[in-house]
Amino acid sequence: MADSQSLSQTPSHASSQASAVLERQRRAKIRRNLFYLALVAVGLVAPFVAYPVFLMKVLCFALFASAFNLLLGYAGLLSFGHAAFLATGGYITGYLLASYPGLTPELGIIAGTLVATAIGVVFGILSIRRQGIYFAMVTLALSQLVYFVYIQAPFTGGEDGLHGVPRGELFGFINLSNSLAMYYFVFAIFIFGFAVIQRTVHSPYGQVMKAIRENEPRAVSLGYNTDAYKLVAFVLSAALAGLAGSTKTVVFQLASLTDAHWHMSGEVILMTLLGGVGTLLGPITGAGIVVSLQHVLGQSPLGNWVSVILGVIFVVCVLSFRSGIIGELARMYNKNFK
Amino acid sequence: MTMIFGVPLAVFMGQITLGLVNGAFYALLSLGLAVIFGLLKIINFAHGAQYMLGAFAALLGLEYLGINYWLALLLVPLVVGIFGMVLERYLLRRIAHLDHLYGLLLTFGLALILEGTLVNFFGVSGARYPTPEVFQGGLNLGFMFLPTYRAWVLVAALAMCLFTWFMIERTRLGAYLRAGTENSQLMQAFGVNVPLLITLTYGFGVALAAFAGVLAAPLYPVSPTMGSSLLIVVFAVVVIGGMGSILGAIITGLAMGVIEGLTKVYYPEASNTVIFLVMILVLLLRPVGLFGKEA
Repeated sequence: MADSQSLSQTPSHASSQASAVLERQRRAKIRRNLFYLALVAVGLVAPFVAYPVFLMKVLCFALFASAFNLLLGYAGLLSFGHAAFLATGGYITGYLLASYPGLTPELGIIAGTLVATAIGVVFGILSIRRQGIYFAMVTLALSQLVYFVYIQAPFTGGEDGLHGVPRGELFGFINLSNSLAMYYFVFAIFIFGFAVIQRTVHSPYGQVMKAIRENEPRAVSLGYNTDAYKLVAFVLSAALAGLAGSTKTVVFQLASLTDAHWHMSGEVILMTLLGGVGTLLGPITGAGIVVSLQHVLGQSPLGNWVSVILGVIFVVCVLSFRSGIIGELARMYNKNFK
Repeated sequence: MTMIFGVPLAVFMGQITLGLVNGAFYALLSLGLAVIFGLLKIINFAHGAQYMLGAFAALLGLEYLGINYWLALLLVPLVVGIFGMVLERYLLRRIAHLDHLYGLLLTFGLALILEGTLVNFFGVSGARYPTPEVFQGGLNLGFMFLPTYRAWVLVAALAMCLFTWFMIERTRLGAYLRAGTENSQLMQAFGVNVPLLITLTYGFGVALAAFAGVLAAPLYPVSPTMGSSLLIVVFAVVVIGGMGSILGAIITGLAMGVIEGLTKVYYPEASNTVIFLVMILVLLLRPVGLFGKEA
């Protein structure tokens, strides 16, 4: 160190600064990985503390909201039709598992996810032709189309939905009717989905996505085919939403029109907004809170007021809590500890 | 009996007329959305709830205050419009400087609150609003029998659309509104009270929705959820027509009603999806909408 300092002052100063930045980044990464590890540990212990079925519901919605957030928070596209993907995953998986007893659940889930992805491609191609508010309206209208199709289609059971979908045996030998086994399977799926999103957001592709969100004309002028980037983001988001829906069907052994209704598209927006748009942990937090709230309120005298309460939270979030819980926490942390 | 493509003429014409009546509602609602969007740049997701509020106000006014249909047609849009102005003044204005998607989310939250509250008091099953005395019975058009009330709805809705068109295209206030749509900052520099103009515009759009609600009350069951499903179809109509022109919104609304009516004749299974399919077609062929301006 002393040598290099005597040679020339400026470059070594710069390089030591650069190495300091690298060092800080490395530390931040280690801290982040430790944090994730701690979360995984919590997730592994959780079913011994809380009711597993409740936790699985939270995980499914957390994945659903994370998928939605990938589109809104990182590509800046507000979809009002994500219920369509959740429901498609659910119905396809439910139908296949109920009709073909030999089919193992993981294959059913893969099939459901693939069909949801295919619908995502079609919806994506159509909706990215319009921007902003029109994009929201187009996705809402398309998902309503899907809703009407599912009311009438023969394989969905119409108003009744699909009931008694067998959980089956994972890979043919792990019996999922054991709720602990089911929980760890759902947890693994969730980790997979989250890892895909985490990887996407931090990849060069994710950077371009953010650039498009911030200033699309500029991204175009830099030579990026923004429509292609948006489409990929849309399809990825639809696929993961479908995965969440498929998994949910296996857990609860049913698929119903509730998942296809536009209220569901609204709920996922609320989860993301409440937790923090554009943060990785926000949608998970938001999903946890909204699902718990529905659970608690559903059993209380306020049960009929759930929709009103969600509406009020919506209004409050938009008026004065736009960065959401995780966003606010991050701001406080950055202000006080950095 | 005269047949058109294998369907009796009476059925054919009947569905077209029913379609026109539905189309009149699409036209009124999409017109209100377009007026609000023009100046505020937000999509009013509470539009369906405000339409529902109009129908409920008419129903409750009749039951508890003895307000008759004609008075309701005048008073309800006024009251709901003022309610809309309060919403704009105290809620929407606070987020006007932000991304306009927040306006969509805020009005969505409001719609949930309004709908949920009324569901708790009145349940989801609809109530009936009696058809006004004058409109009992029907008109014999020779090829079909048209209930008088439906004929009136068509006339009233079209008259309201034309009135709106006149207000916006032919009056001074309308000129302000059009100028504000183009460039509201410049308007403000010229000394026009733009915030007030915005409040009035939102109130007017909401009043249009409430007017449609009163018209709909004797026709459809009055229930808290009557607005939301209709609103999504209206969104599709707006995407099809584009929000560029007032006449465009009216024509698209009526045309979509007729197309829906015809689908009921020839392929009833698709009658509640056909408008969405038209929307897909328009998105593929002319993404800015039939009457939309190129961005």
